[in-house]
Amino acid sequence: MELLFPVLSMVIFLPALGAVLAFLIASEELVKRMALITSTLTFLISLILFFTFDSSTAAMQFFERYEWIPALGISYEVGVDGISLLLIVLTTFLTPLTLLASWDSIHVRSREFMICMLFLESGLVGVFAAIDLFLFYVFWEATLIPMYFLIGVWGGPQRIYAAIKFILYTMAGSLLMLVAILALYFLHRQATGDATFNLFQLLQLELPLNTQRWLFLAFFLAFAIKVPLFPFHTWLPDAHVEAPTAGSVILAGVLLKMGTYGFVRFCLPLFPEASLDATPIIALLAVVGIVYGALMALIQTDIKKLVAYSSVSHLGFVMLGIFAFNSQGLDGAVLQMVNHGLSTGALFLLVGMIYDRRHTRLISDFGGLAKVMPMFAAFFLVVSLSSIGLPGLNGFVGEFLVLLGAFQTMPIFAVIGALGVILAAVYLLWMYQRVMFGEVTHQANMQLTDLTLREVVVLVPVVLAIVWLGLYPQPFLKRMEATTKAVVERVVTVAQLRESRTSAVRCPEPGQRRSPTAVNAPRRHGPAPETCRQSRNVLPETEG
Amino acid sequence: MSGLDGIGLIGFLPGLLVGTFAVIVLMVDLFSPPGQPANSGVIALIGIGLAFWAAIRLWGNSAELFGGMILVDMVSLLFQGIFLVVGLVTVLMSIRYAAAEGLEPGEYYALILFALLGAMLMASGGDLLILFLGLEILSLAQYILAGMRHNVMKSSEAAMKYFLLGAFATGFLLYGIALLYGATGTTNLAAIVTASREGGLADHPLMTIGMGLLVVGFGFKIAAVPFHMWTPDVYEGAPTPVTALMSTGVKAAAFAALARVFVAALGDLQGSWAPIFWGMAVATMTVGNVAAIAQQNIKRMLAYSSIAHAGYLLIALVAAGPAGLTGLLYYLLAYAFMNLGAFTVVVALEQREDRYLLLNDYSGLGFRYPLFGVAMALFMFSLSGLPPTAGFMAKFYVFSAAVEQGYIVLTVIGVLNSLISVYYYLRPIVFMYMQDAKADAPGIQPDPFLLAALVLTILGTLLLGLFPSRWLGLAQAAAQGFFIQ
Repeated sequence: MELLFPVLSMVIFLPALGAVLAFLIASEELVKRMALITSTLTFLISLILFFTFDSSTAAMQFFERYEWIPALGISYEVGVDGISLLLIVLTTFLTPLTLLASWDSIHVRSREFMICMLFLESGLVGVFAAIDLFLFYVFWEATLIPMYFLIGVWGGPQRIYAAIKFILYTMAGSLLMLVAILALYFLHRQATGDATFNLFQLLQLELPLNTQRWLFLAFFLAFAIKVPLFPFHTWLPDAHVEAPTAGSVILAGVLLKMGTYGFVRFCLPLFPEASLDATPIIALLAVVGIVYGALMALIQTDIKKLVAYSSVSHLGFVMLGIFAFNSQGLDGAVLQMVNHGLSTGALFLLVGMIYDRRHTRLISDFGGLAKVMPMFAAFFLVVSLSSIGLPGLNGFVGEFLVLLGAFQTMPIFAVIGALGVILAAVYLLWMYQRVMFGEVTHQANMQLTDLTLREVVVLVPVVLAIVWLGLYPQPFLKRMEATTKAVVERVVTVAQLRESRTSAVRCPEPGQRRSPTAVNAPRRHGPAPETCRQSRNVLPETEG
Repeated sequence: MSGLDGIGLIGFLPGLLVGTFAVIVLMVDLFSPPGQPANSGVIALIGIGLAFWAAIRLWGNSAELFGGMILVDMVSLLFQGIFLVVGLVTVLMSIRYAAAEGLEPGEYYALILFALLGAMLMASGGDLLILFLGLEILSLAQYILAGMRHNVMKSSEAAMKYFLLGAFATGFLLYGIALLYGATGTTNLAAIVTASREGGLADHPLMTIGMGLLVVGFGFKIAAVPFHMWTPDVYEGAPTPVTALMSTGVKAAAFAALARVFVAALGDLQGSWAPIFWGMAVATMTVGNVAAIAQQNIKRMLAYSSIAHAGYLLIALVAAGPAGLTGLLYYLLAYAFMNLGAFTVVVALEQREDRYLLLNDYSGLGFRYPLFGVAMALFMFSLSGLPPTAGFMAKFYVFSAAVEQGYIVLTVIGVLNSLISVYYYLRPIVFMYMQDAKADAPGIQPDPFLLAALVLTILGTLLLGLFPSRWLGLAQAAAQGFFIQ
């Protein structure tokens, strides 16, 4: 596919260019408009990616490569496949909406605000597009700086604490990942003599299980903190609650997906055996996160905090889907990443809108809002239902696929996970009931105005996307299918191959207990009968 | 040896120019009419500029001058480049400061130039005695510079402390040199290698003890734990530009000498000194970073931060070899830019009698002075090692050298230390952007020289982070030819 200009790099750097421009423009009003135009333009360009994407292949498309630091084998290499495509479009879709949503609510320092948002967008798209591990790390860390400012400057009363907690937690994981990336780089250089940070070349490397485990652990920490997987989630409620609306939307909508995306893109393909081995633990943590997040959401008195905890729960589903190791699970997980971005993003937008009016987010301060703000209540209802997973809306498709995938390999976890869906209905609908129905108990709520035109313009695209994904997810599923299949196949076949090789040699190292994998293996690989049979043959030998 | 033998002195032209201009500064000041002080700072700038030009012209040459006393090679030229950058920025940020603080311009700039000369000698020394000579020229200038504000108690205290402890350290160093001479019969670095190999002296007690004494002596100069006690007090008391010079220039010079002595001359003893530096690196990073958390005075915070950075630099030294040395060179230049930049902002805000040096004096600065705010934030992010800045690339390279040599544990300790450091480097940013300005917030009247220093350091910090290839290539090329065969 020949394109006239480097589309992907445009999508990555156009927002950054806008941010630099914002330094130079004198009028703040003009900066706001320029930022909105830049991010909308970025979204339109990213649509080129979406519509010209070739869904028949798992290979990287819109590939670009430029030398950056040749002495170390570092290059600027970007490309998109089915998974990153969706996340990039999600990012570029949400950013202009959040800018529009904060049009009036950010009164002070709106220039700096726009600069942060635009830099953040660049960083996020870069994270999803990077193929070179060094480049990935640079983008990964570069997203921290604008987010740190967004929380710290425009956030709530506890913003400084939340901002520092956010940055320290994330860096704790990512710095160890940096060491692991370096180790991987040198192991690869040792084996092949080739110095490179290119993911696909590093994938060729066969690592002994013990090394895999250590490297997996480092990557796992970085991504698990970001997701956040229970028990690494404690930074999230603080960051979400303190961040300004736009920050929360991007944080929940996109930033958390960096973690789940990292698992799919790096952890699984690079360390297939270690990933399989870690499945029981991670699935357990995911399920605990689903239930724990839901229970925590249930008892919250602050709507924003409730939505924040619901994120913990929803991201648990994504993790469960990823570690089901079949294409239904992974399809569902990827779709759920997008869904969560839309639903939770919209919830934060709505919470922000009511906060702008009342400057409170306590459930007890509301009641009967449906009478005063009917339009607001209607939007809120659709979005809540989508977050709950009502059939016909987007959440259902993703959760259904995740549970379908998970049920094939870990039925118990899937059953407990399904409980999370019910709990989601409980906490969201209960909150909805308390906020929207009944009599208007507070005098201040009587005078609330319904949504303005600007707010409707912000919400309509999200709701349209929610309905579209719910009724006709095919365009999205089609684009990711080849990629998810390739990821699952890679993990399963590599693991099988090595397993059969180890058992043929019959000398498993003492540290390499692989019984949990072996026991689960036959059930896990349902869709690939050929490999299943192979692994069944292998099984008794390994166990014997 | 390309034709330089006949014109030996030219090989050290950058150093000679710096020395000559130091004398010119003194002379001009002496003969300028009273009440009409000469533009000593500008003369110093010219000298540094000329020396820089000379260093560039010499690039690619390699020679031994004065019978191997002074080495002209890529490593020494790169180090000289670093020192000249440090000198340039220091002088630029000094011009308003020195006038405001009433420092004697003649002495002040002459001493800065002499300090640079000493540093350049240290980086070029092919002989232990030249290293010692350079160190003394550098240190004596620094002792006086630290106490230049003679009406400020803290400044005098700083000078006194620095002098006493520095003299003590010099004693250790000289003893070490003497013992090495006793063991090998020479003070020439290349000859030490030959002698110790031929005589099988690697395990000789004199060598080992001498090496240990050198570690102590240099440990003081780079402010490595446990020889760091003087640092916070001296850094706080010295005039701020001098602190900037000390934390970057002196440190770079001491590391240059360390590399010459340990990596090149005592390379065969790596088994003995690597574990010592390993331990020192861990202690230095940890103590520096943890202590920095509690500081309220920005100069003290940067003092502890500079201790911590000495720890990261020691990692590069532990991972000796071409990659480690490249990392060292890269790190020192990156550190020079970002740390000098941070000090430039400190100088801009500071006012007479040590006012506005506390972290909460920075409240609201980011929005009141956007350029200074953004710059300080950039330097802080760079010092904490966040991409895409020079500090990140530098740490990345040093850590990668360590991983390459198999020092995984050391690297992990290093990155965890980076994590600690993020906390306190973010504190100025918290004040600048997340706190409202105080009623008596200081104003900044930037002068063109200071702005030039700021722009230079911003550019350096960004370019080394975004496009590291060029400097990396130079450093790599230099590191290849560094080792004595």
